[in-house]
Amino acid sequence: MQSSSVPSLVKEPGVIQPDLDGVTTPVGSFDDDLIQLLTPQGERVHHETYSARVEDLDLHALQGLYRDMALVRRFDNEATALQRQGELGLWPQCLGQEAAQIGSGRALATQDYVFTSYREHGVAWTRGLDLRKILHSFRGQDHGGWDSAAHNFHLYTLVIGSHALHATGYAMGIQRDGDVGTGDPGRDRAVVSYFGDGATSQGDVSEALVFASVTAAPVVFFCQNNQWAISEPTARQSRVPLVQRGGGFGIPSVRVDGNDVLACYAVTQEALERARSGGGPTFIEAVTYRMGAHTTSDDPTRYRSRAEEDYWRQRDPIARLRTLLVAEGTGEDFFEGIEAESETYAEDVRAYCRALSSPDPITMFDHVYAEDHPLVSAERAWFAEYEAGFTGEEAHR
Amino acid sequence: MPQYVQFKLPDVGEGLTEADIVEWKVAVGDTVKVNQEIIEIETAKSLVELPCPYAGVVTELLVSSGQTVDVGTPIIVIDTDPGGAPEAAAGPAAEPAQKLVESENEMSGGVLVGYGTKHASATRRPRRVHDGAGPASSEAAPSASSSGASRPTPGPQQSNATQAPPSGGTTRTVLAKPPVRKLAKDLGLDLSRVPGTGPGGIITREDVETAAEQEKTAKLVNYPGDDRPWLDGGTVSDDGRQTRVPVRSVRRRTAEAMVASAFTAPHVTVFTTVDVTKTMKLVARLKEDRDFADVRVTPLLIAAKALILAIRRHPAVSASWDDETQEIVFKHYINLGIAAATPRGLVVPNIKDAHRMGLHELAEAIGELTATARAGRTVPQRMQDGTVTITNIGVFGIDTGTPILNPGESAILAFGAIKQRPWVHHGKIKARWVTQLALSFDHRFVDGELGSRVLADVATTMEDPTQGLVWG
Repeated sequence: MQSSSVPSLVKEPGVIQPDLDGVTTPVGSFDDDLIQLLTPQGERVHHETYSARVEDLDLHALQGLYRDMALVRRFDNEATALQRQGELGLWPQCLGQEAAQIGSGRALATQDYVFTSYREHGVAWTRGLDLRKILHSFRGQDHGGWDSAAHNFHLYTLVIGSHALHATGYAMGIQRDGDVGTGDPGRDRAVVSYFGDGATSQGDVSEALVFASVTAAPVVFFCQNNQWAISEPTARQSRVPLVQRGGGFGIPSVRVDGNDVLACYAVTQEALERARSGGGPTFIEAVTYRMGAHTTSDDPTRYRSRAEEDYWRQRDPIARLRTLLVAEGTGEDFFEGIEAESETYAEDVRAYCRALSSPDPITMFDHVYAEDHPLVSAERAWFAEYEAGFTGEEAHR
Repeated sequence: MPQYVQFKLPDVGEGLTEADIVEWKVAVGDTVKVNQEIIEIETAKSLVELPCPYAGVVTELLVSSGQTVDVGTPIIVIDTDPGGAPEAAAGPAAEPAQKLVESENEMSGGVLVGYGTKHASATRRPRRVHDGAGPASSEAAPSASSSGASRPTPGPQQSNATQAPPSGGTTRTVLAKPPVRKLAKDLGLDLSRVPGTGPGGIITREDVETAAEQEKTAKLVNYPGDDRPWLDGGTVSDDGRQTRVPVRSVRRRTAEAMVASAFTAPHVTVFTTVDVTKTMKLVARLKEDRDFADVRVTPLLIAAKALILAIRRHPAVSASWDDETQEIVFKHYINLGIAAATPRGLVVPNIKDAHRMGLHELAEAIGELTATARAGRTVPQRMQDGTVTITNIGVFGIDTGTPILNPGESAILAFGAIKQRPWVHHGKIKARWVTQLALSFDHRFVDGELGSRVLADVATTMEDPTQGLVWG
């Protein structure tokens, strides 16, 4: 539908020069179909399909969404500071993507299962995970930090896009368990895979879309297009809006303002209902922006402009919900309360992180297999004996 | 009672070993809060502001701006309990050392998190005494006569790869696979100076390539104190009649490049004097042109275009001498260098593929390049792979000179001051705008004829810019 507006790649014979003017497609400027229920100015927009899905979110519920986003952002900032102080090896910030993560995450049911990449701290929050446990692996303490099964929230996947396959496979498993389309709201389940714009360039994601489509697996592909795959802009990875990827596989697809928590909630809710009822997969492109660096090892000033960052700062997901809350009658004391809670929370996160001690090395054998395995057991025994060979005071260095 | 804690320079970017101190945001005596930005550092990866891990009063700044500091070095001391009784009973001199809380344990201990994996890899955990039948018996194998009394002391015969050197020692055992050693040798790289990031400190192929890359760019841009004006830090002699300034930075690079160039490439310089009145009229007209309203139109722009046209007519001049392979490398492109005087000294960034540019694009490129250079933000890539340079000595009111080639380039054009002179024009003496052009070239592969033709062509275009239509 947009192909006519895409400039030709070939300007002179034999030379490929992609037109990279305006590498960041601003929200809405590329696609009139962008779903938005809350403008960057904090005003509600009516949408004939999706507005109905946020009608029952009363002021209290909206305040809850605000609290979710504010606390996640505070956690994220504290973790970034801890990395800068040598307490964490690395930190991937979710700054700017709170609405996409909280909005979609709050649409999930308890029995749904989630596979994410490494930036979905907001989704983790909605799954009831103690976010402090995310710090474990980024401090080098262990390889995960939480019990996935307890939260139906898989461990972070660092390999780009590979968990789209895991999610699809898991969803096909749900089909085979018969937990799809029973009409029992406590039984029907769906899977969500969160990945970024960069992951859409990976073969894994395309393979996952193929399998999900032809098996009508109950999976939602939630793509947070944060505009940058580290330093590679989306425009250099796709000549069309990413949402069109889904259509090519025969998967219903929707493009949503990823900085609009209400719209993200609404479209994800619809997609989950479709999946649970046996209607198959959905591809969601949430158009958002990575306001921070890719990770603490990255310096975005080397590849993107201040003007671009300012543009997106004016579209901050939290600020627009705050404007709406004020307009709909929330007093200043609510925000002060959240502020105070954030600070207490941050101090707690800091103290927890610094108190994390090195785990007993023998624990590295614990979760290799779900059940006992003779080779692992033998190696564990050997390692225990080896460790015992060191003098006591120097052990565990 | 005062509680002093140190903050050690963390590894902010996965495996960095050092950082440059850019600027302190706090001073001794300042009260700081947790997460307050206290210092800006520059690593190989990025410019980073560090938030303070402690609340208290700054009692000491241990490093200063411009210093390069190893990861793990204490950079600041903070008193986290300044409100306490200031003077305890103990001796005041020894006090800070005793009270200094060793923050090592509070800090990280793992490999991923924390400081100086390179130090950590150079220590060994002491083994328990065992009777030789234990699981780790192979550890003591090198000293066959070890009578099991205690942990064997390192003897000379043990200085193999498994024996760690004394901690903090500068002679580090190099661990690398043979192909990697070969690569380092081919690149002329001393492996003992390459930090290993592989398991157990093994130097990987990437490490060598990274180090080679860093060495290359470091040679080009990173002399210590690069950001300081080159006259900074001089010492005046006792009689006050001389100042000695350590050679560094852009000045050192300039000196080295000029010496290298002057003593490897035999220079020949040819001169011509040219009536540029028509060029001046063209410049005046372009300044009025709406299409050129957004750029600076100067005689230098026309000179640059004229030089490009001349080289396109005589492509053999766009070349360089590869001494190592005994080859002449002909360049099918023109990367046009513009010598720029900056506060840090002379830099010569170049405009890539200038031969493809129209006049407007060229004007934009010159404007951008000089502005970047004057702001001191020219990146090394902009100074690499130039093919020819223009030095605009005319701006200093100078008529002409014998410029020295930028190393690796074949020619350099000196563009003199444009002055009104009496000139024979259509058989009469008229006041005309006249300038001098001088072209130095590398006589190893550019003969006098070729060099002269190039300069003559530049002069022809400057004398009558419409010639550009014929040659363009």
